[in-house]
Amino acid sequence: MAFLPGGDIISQIIYAASIMLFVVFMLYGQRIQMYVMIREVEASLYKLKFMKEEGRKIAIETIKEIGKPPTDPSPRVDRYLEYFTISPQSMDPAGIVYKLDHILDVRDTRLKDEVKLMAPAGDEVQVNNLENTLEAAMALNYIFKVVRHFYIQGKKTLSLYVIMQLQMILPLVMKEAEAYASALKAFAYGQPIGDGAGPLVAAKLMHGYEIRKVPKDCVVATVPMEGRTTFILKAEGPGGNVGKPGDAVQAVIEENEGKIANVIMIDAGLKLEGETVGEVSEGIGAAIGGPGVDQYKIEEALAKYQIPINAVIVKEDIGDAVSPMRKEISDSADKVIERVKNVILERTKEGDKVIIVGVGNTIGIGQ
Amino acid sequence: MVESKQTSTADKISTYLLTIVMIILALSIVALLWSVMAFTAGQTEYAGFLLIVGFIAMGLSVYVLFQSRRRVSDLKINAPKTMTTVECKKCAYKSVREFQRGDYVYKELEKCQKCDDKMIITAIYREVKEKEKTYAF
Repeated sequence: MAFLPGGDIISQIIYAASIMLFVVFMLYGQRIQMYVMIREVEASLYKLKFMKEEGRKIAIETIKEIGKPPTDPSPRVDRYLEYFTISPQSMDPAGIVYKLDHILDVRDTRLKDEVKLMAPAGDEVQVNNLENTLEAAMALNYIFKVVRHFYIQGKKTLSLYVIMQLQMILPLVMKEAEAYASALKAFAYGQPIGDGAGPLVAAKLMHGYEIRKVPKDCVVATVPMEGRTTFILKAEGPGGNVGKPGDAVQAVIEENEGKIANVIMIDAGLKLEGETVGEVSEGIGAAIGGPGVDQYKIEEALAKYQIPINAVIVKEDIGDAVSPMRKEISDSADKVIERVKNVILERTKEGDKVIIVGVGNTIGIGQ
Repeated sequence: MVESKQTSTADKISTYLLTIVMIILALSIVALLWSVMAFTAGQTEYAGFLLIVGFIAMGLSVYVLFQSRRRVSDLKINAPKTMTTVECKKCAYKSVREFQRGDYVYKELEKCQKCDDKMIITAIYREVKEKEKTYAF
């Protein structure tokens, strides 16, 4: 006897199943949605775990290959990957920049010493490249641990909102992790990366001229250009190094007693979706990323002597910035030089002194 | 030279998942065979039901297998092919070769094949062939 409308057995089964489905979705819809999200996060977490392990593996292999350590470097690498930096207290923000600068200097020295111990046979360039490789591995390790933390917390509390927040930001987190993963091999092999657009332009301008070192980890060359004297600055290559352009710019300005007509900064800038990689754009201000210490120092020196500042950026996304340099970015160096020359012609007079700074990681770029 | 190694862990699909997929695939084949037998015996309703169940199970198992294979292929860090441009500043002779460890921009290399002057590396880059995506804006 049929207890539901419809003639045959198949229709009855389908009808009963649809009613059951409706009831199940009404009562457990949110939970089902949460399990779907957890599955998505889980899949990304597997990928992050793989990237983290690859990062560690590449770092250890590179250390063994280049550094020829007498003992297995794995325990030291594992310890390195867990290093943390505590930023200074900001309740009273006065003087915080110099405190942060000091902390970053200590961190840099400590990490470099660690790498030297791991790779005693490596030269200065190789040690810098290894440090960059380990920092990429460290970033992957940290991303994995944070995502895992929220995943476990979401599962423990069965809170839709914890899982939902994680699932919503996951595409951006994965994009950043993939960028670091592709940076690993570039750093290990010492290949120029997209962030090196600024140093590449500076290297093109200073190549063939006498070079001297300026603090910290930077080089400067005095180059005549369009009847002006230009001081071309960049981090010292070809090892992975960003230097401290803030200190270098301050030093050059002080050497010239503030008699600088213009400062032009060249850097890689994050592009928006829809913009083309390698597009050159011009603006005003100190084009420099990082924790802000160098930007602060440059701005202070410029304000002291009332020096105008211009910026030229090469557009690229986060993935391009840390992976081997794309041809479009490499080719854009000549366009940047043209823009810089235009700025010099339009904004300064003959006989003036101009500072041109190529900001970014100079890995794989000499001078 | 840049090599792209594939790790063994990346090539593995969970054996547990594979077993379940295979069992469901086998059951779906059995359901399809039974549906043929039911149809020849004249039980058309029963045959239709088994046919639908068989096809759905087969579709699902193939889909899961395909998805897990895709996920495995995603788990690889590929080293993109990077090129090095070597130039002679004197005679403008230019050559492009694959990146070798130790290369850097403005590194001085061996003598030029044409004029005996030193050659230098002028560019190191990777070429990306992006799929053309069209957006309204």
